[in-house]
Amino acid sequence: MEEKILMKGNDAMAEAAIIAGCSHYFGYPITPQNEVPAYFAKRLPQVGGTFLQAESELAAISMVMGASAGGARVMTSTSSPGMSLKQEGISYMAGAKLPCVIANIMRGGPGLGGIAGSQADYFQATRGGGNGDYQTIVLAPGNVQELADLTILAFDLADKYRIPVIILGDGYLGQMSEPLVLPKPSGKTFEKPWAITGAKDRDPQFIASMRLTPENALEQLNLELQETYRVIRENEVITECYQCDDADTVLVAYGTAARIANKAVIKLREQGINAGLLRPKTLWPFPSEILRKITNDKKKVLTVEMSAGQMHEDVLLACDDKNKVDFYGRLGGALPKVDEIIERVKSYE
Amino acid sequence: MSKMTYAFPQSLSETRTHYCAGCGHGIVHKLIAQVLDELNIREKTLLVAPVGCSVLAYKYLNVDGLEAAHGRAPAVATGLKRVQKDKIVLSYQGDGDLLAIGAGETIHAANRGEDITVIFLNNAIYGMTGGQMAPTTMEGQKTLTSPQGRDIADVGSAMRACELIDTLEAPYYIERCSVHDVKNVNRTKNAIKRAIKYQVEGRGYSFVEILSMCPTNWGLDPVKSAKWIEEDMVPYYPLKKFRDKGEEA
Ligand SMILES: Cc1ncc(C[n+]2csc(CCOP(=O)(O)OP(=O)(O)O)c2C)c(N)n1
Repeated sequence: MEEKILMKGNDAMAEAAIIAGCSHYFGYPITPQNEVPAYFAKRLPQVGGTFLQAESELAAISMVMGASAGGARVMTSTSSPGMSLKQEGISYMAGAKLPCVIANIMRGGPGLGGIAGSQADYFQATRGGGNGDYQTIVLAPGNVQELADLTILAFDLADKYRIPVIILGDGYLGQMSEPLVLPKPSGKTFEKPWAITGAKDRDPQFIASMRLTPENALEQLNLELQETYRVIRENEVITECYQCDDADTVLVAYGTAARIANKAVIKLREQGINAGLLRPKTLWPFPSEILRKITNDKKKVLTVEMSAGQMHEDVLLACDDKNKVDFYGRLGGALPKVDEIIERVKSYE
Repeated sequence: MSKMTYAFPQSLSETRTHYCAGCGHGIVHKLIAQVLDELNIREKTLLVAPVGCSVLAYKYLNVDGLEAAHGRAPAVATGLKRVQKDKIVLSYQGDGDLLAIGAGETIHAANRGEDITVIFLNNAIYGMTGGQMAPTTMEGQKTLTSPQGRDIADVGSAMRACELIDTLEAPYYIERCSVHDVKNVNRTKNAIKRAIKYQVEGRGYSFVEILSMCPTNWGLDPVKSAKWIEEDMVPYYPLKKFRDKGEEA
């Protein structure tokens, strides 16, 4: 049996990134993800990598962009207010088809908000977030093991599709300690012939952002991006169903909210009420088709979130019968309560 | 047999530039190209282009590169250099890019002594967006957003990049030049060469500021623009070497 070790979510994510071959990290401190830069600062030099504390998130994401253009596996992490600043660079990287991994260990907002975990950046993460018609892949781990495993996947997806990948966790997940088996490297390698390495024995190449000529160059780029997004939508949806088959009510939740929803399902079952849980592990691409199929013959669907109902909009879009879709959420870093979920589900009986 | 006195630099592409008549960007591109040729480093040079008139600089220099967001070129150059350690990384920037939106990135890359070369073209105005006030716009200078002339009581006086950077410990080389006449063009070339040579030797951060004409947005013809640099800009922006740790050593 593989050895389990106890690790904080933030540390496990950083270690997994190093296992994935992340050689460069650039970041700016912000709670509740401060363990991440501290971990990289200690570990990266041990494996020949580079850690650099940037002067801001604007600078950090631009450093990520430079490192990515140079061909490295590179990561940054932050929490919500910092994620707003990173949108500039993420938009540039999406347009330039540069891979990178960005963790947002969310906290409550708006503004400086609080430091408790939250899921209020769902819109920002799944709708591009910066300017322009673009998407990023958004992974939503629900426990420390998964946080580590999805970090390995994040680097592969980023390189495979040449796209920024967001690990969307929250402060509770980042701060919690759980036993895990450290993941193995995927073993996948990706050629990067587009990297900026010097025009030796080939023509100069340039990673441009502005596209003015020929006339339709920018539309062409956008069409290419959209084609990539189509392929991702078709191939990369990950979701987990718990006791959905015979459920009358299906809860839909991700991350920390899903842990609580899961507990509610167990308790409801103990009381003879058939509830289930559908847990998206990719928020973009969102498991719309799976959700539609699973919920069509159910009595009720309840989205549980630590936001005012951001993922709920995607649930509504996916479900054919909007009338049976309900929402329960807690805001500003508050946690959903198992009892409140149970009460709500019982009210459907 | 005739002696070859001038050859078109290999590092310069033969594309026609989009720059206006009398603009200094083209002169500076050419100087960079000549230096890359002379140091024989074209194949290992990586250019970070800014947002500004020189956003398309990559079309004119035969080197690899990428485009940074407005003001972020030194941060992008930092990330790139820390991956491509044996390459020569140039951050080419205008004054709005370097001293306004990118002031933070400028100061911190310099303060880290990042092993890059920053080529800073100071034309005292925002060229690309059509002539707004820049951090380097002179007192009394009329621009679209200072129609009565820059009022330093209201918006502060023109910022001097070399002097600011000269307050930091790490930078290895800091010089201000100009391209308003032949003598100064030659001096600029020497400064660029020295700055880049220091990077080749791995000595750290080098910074060259270049006063440059923007006839279109200054509303002056090219000859008067050159004269304006000499008479109005140079007294405020002294042309000199601020620091050369290579010489001190
Ligand atoms: C975030 C952002 N803000 C504003 C702009 C618009 N903009 C483009 S270039 C520029 C100023 C360029 O001036 P400068 O850096 O002095 O370079 P020049 O064009 O004079 O060479 C501005 C404000 C932009 N592209 N991005």
